[in-house]
Amino acid sequence: MKKSYKIDVDCANCAQKMEDAAKKTAGVKDAVVNFMALKMKVEFEEGSDPDSVIKEVEKNCKAVESDCQIFY
Amino acid sequence: MNKKQKTILIRIITASLLLILLTVFRTEGILRFCLFLIPYLLVGYDVLKKALHGIIHAKPFDECLLMTVATLGAFAAGFIRDGDYTEAVAVMLFYQTGELFQSYAVGKSRKSITELMDISPEHALIPDEKGELIETDPEEVEIGTLIAVRPGEKIPLDGIVKKGSSSLDTSALTGESMPRDVTVGDEVISGCINKSGLLYIETTKEYSDSTVSKVMELIEDAGSRKSKSENFIAKFSRIYTPAVVLGAMALALLPPLFLLFTGNTPRWSEWVYRALIFLVISCPCALVVSIPLSFFAGLGAAGKKGVLIKGSNYLEALSEAGMMVFDKTGTLTKGVFEVTNIHPDKISENELLHMVAHAERFSNHPLAQSLKNAYGKEADGCTVEDAEEIPGKGVKTKVDGRIVCAGNEKLMADTIEGFTLPPCESCKNHTGTLVHVSVDGVYAGHILISDVVRPNSRKAIESLKKKGIKETVMLTGDRENVARAVADEVQVDRVYSGLLPQDKVNKLEELMQGRKDKTVFVGDGINDAPVLSRADIGIAMGALGSDAAIEAADIVLMDDDPLKIADAMAVSGKTLRIVKENIWFSIGVKAACLVLGALGLATMWTAVFADVGVMVIAVLNAMRCIRS
Repeated sequence: MKKSYKIDVDCANCAQKMEDAAKKTAGVKDAVVNFMALKMKVEFEEGSDPDSVIKEVEKNCKAVESDCQIFY
Repeated sequence: MNKKQKTILIRIITASLLLILLTVFRTEGILRFCLFLIPYLLVGYDVLKKALHGIIHAKPFDECLLMTVATLGAFAAGFIRDGDYTEAVAVMLFYQTGELFQSYAVGKSRKSITELMDISPEHALIPDEKGELIETDPEEVEIGTLIAVRPGEKIPLDGIVKKGSSSLDTSALTGESMPRDVTVGDEVISGCINKSGLLYIETTKEYSDSTVSKVMELIEDAGSRKSKSENFIAKFSRIYTPAVVLGAMALALLPPLFLLFTGNTPRWSEWVYRALIFLVISCPCALVVSIPLSFFAGLGAAGKKGVLIKGSNYLEALSEAGMMVFDKTGTLTKGVFEVTNIHPDKISENELLHMVAHAERFSNHPLAQSLKNAYGKEADGCTVEDAEEIPGKGVKTKVDGRIVCAGNEKLMADTIEGFTLPPCESCKNHTGTLVHVSVDGVYAGHILISDVVRPNSRKAIESLKKKGIKETVMLTGDRENVARAVADEVQVDRVYSGLLPQDKVNKLEELMQGRKDKTVFVGDGINDAPVLSRADIGIAMGALGSDAAIEAADIVLMDDDPLKIADAMAVSGKTLRIVKENIWFSIGVKAACLVLGALGLATMWTAVFADVGVMVIAVLNAMRCIRS
C-alpha cells in the first residue's frame, strides 16, 4: 500500500536525511521524498498499519532533522 | 515569506543592530565577551542546537556543525588574541542571511514551478433535484455522477458530455493553445478549462483514475527518479564533508607541529584560524540545493509545453540521445485514413465524391468513414435506398435512383460487363487503398485513401538532427513501398518494413548493439509497449487520456505533435548545461578559495562569500531552467 504525505523541511540535504530515516523505519517497504514538491511517498509493508507506522517515521525523521514535519 | 522566514529575518536584523551597538560602545575583558554572546546566540542558537543534535545522534558531519565549529573557533581566537569577536558573530549572521535567502529563493521557485503545473481542480459541482449546484470534493464523486462545469472552470473528472456544448482549453495539459470543441456525446478529460458554455458531464472515472490525478502523480513522482548528476552530488557530499573536516584538522595541526619541530614559532592561533576559514568555504550546499532545483525546473518547463518527463534521469538521458527510432503509423503519420487523391472518369471530382459518400451512408467500414468525412455534407436531400454490403468487395446502393457501386476491382468486375481497369499513371505506385466506383454499370473513377504523414513530421526530424540526433530510423509493419514513400517524405535515414510487433523489439536491440549513446524510441503507445520499455528512452505520443501509453513510456507527449520531441530535447540540453555550469562554478570557486584559505590569503569574509554567495548565484542560475 502506498500513501503520499505533505511534508515541511528546509533544505534538500535535510530532505535526503528524512528519506533515509523513513526507509529504515520498521513497516516501511520504501520511501521517497520529493523536496521540490514537498511530498513524501511511503510504501508500507503488507499487513502494517499506516497510521502507526507514519508516526514512527516522523519520530525517526525528527531524530535526524529536528525541525521537519509530516502532515498526516 | 512564511512565518519561519519572518522570524529569522527579525532575528538577523536585531542581532545586526546589537552588533553595531557593541562595536560603537567599546567594552573590555570578560564583559565584552559576554555581551557579544548575546547577538551570537540570538542569531545562531538553532544552528548550535542542530549541531548538538547531530552529535548526539551520531550524525555529526553537516553544515551546522561546520558553522558551529567555525564560529566558536573564531570566538576562541578572539579571546586569545585581541578580544575582537565581531568576526564570529558576523560569520553566523552571514550564514543565516544566506540560508534565509536560499530558503526564500527555493520557496519562490517551488511556487512558480508548481503553479506552472497545477491542473488539479478545486471542486466538482453536482446539481441537486432543484438544479442547484452543490460544491463537492472531486475525490468523493462516484462513477456515473452527473456534474456541471461552468464556463471558466476546470473539468474536475473525466467523463462524457450529456448536455451543452462548449470549447475547451487543453493548454494546461498539452501546451496547445487551439481550443477543442465538444458537444453532447463527446468524451472530455479532466484538467481542461471550459471556455464558453455550461456543460453537464457524466463521470466515467473516479478522481484517482482521472487524467488530472494521473498526470499530477507522474509529475510528483518525477523527482524520485534521480539523475546521474544528482546521485553524483549526493555521493560527492557524503565523502566531501568528512574529507574537508579532516583536511581542516590537518591544516590546524600539521603546519604548527612541523614549525615546532623545525625550531620555529608554531603560531597556533593563525593556523587554527586558517582551518576555520577552510571549513566555512567548504560547505557543499550550493551543489546540494541547485542541482535538484535545476532538474525540477527543467521538468516543469517541459510539462508546461505538454511534455511529461517521468524522471530527472530521462531528462538527463535525452541530452545524450544519438539515435531516434520511430514507429510509422500513428507516430510519423496520423494513423487515420484520409482521401488523398480523386481520379474521376467522365464525371466531376465533386460528383464522384458525392456519389461515393452517399453510397457509403450505412456502412461502418473505416474507409466509409473517411469517404464521408472527405465529402463533409453528406446529409443533404438525396435519397439512399437498397443499401447492400458485399463482404470483401464493397457496397452497392441506389442513390437518387441511380445504382452506385463502390469497392475494389473484384466488385467492378462483378458489376461491369467485360471490365478492364483503365491504367492510371499517378496511382501506379500508390501507397494506400483504391476505392473504385461505378454508376449505372459504367466505370466512374477511383478514389485513393491513404494514411497521411503528420504535417510536422519532416520539420521534427530536421530539427532533431540539428539538436544532435545522428541517426533516424523508422520501423513499421507496413508494406515496403508504403514505408519507403513515408520515409522519403519525412527524410528518415533508414527504414525497416514488414515487421511484426515482436520483430520490432529484436530490430531495436540489433540497432542498439554497440552504440554508446542513448537510443530513443517514439511510438503511439498502442501496441508498442515492449519496444517503448526496451529503448533507453521511450516516448509515447498523443497520450492524452491513454493510460496504457502513460504507463509504458518514460516521456509522454500529451498531444501528437512530433515537434514537441525537439522541444523536450531543447529543455534537456539547457538544463544539463546549467547543471554543468553550476557544478564547475561552485567547485571551481570553492577550490580556489580553499587554496587561498590554506595559504592564509583568504579572510573569513571571503569564506562566507564562497559559501553563501556561490549558493545564491547557483540557485539563481538554476532558475533559468524554467524559461526554456
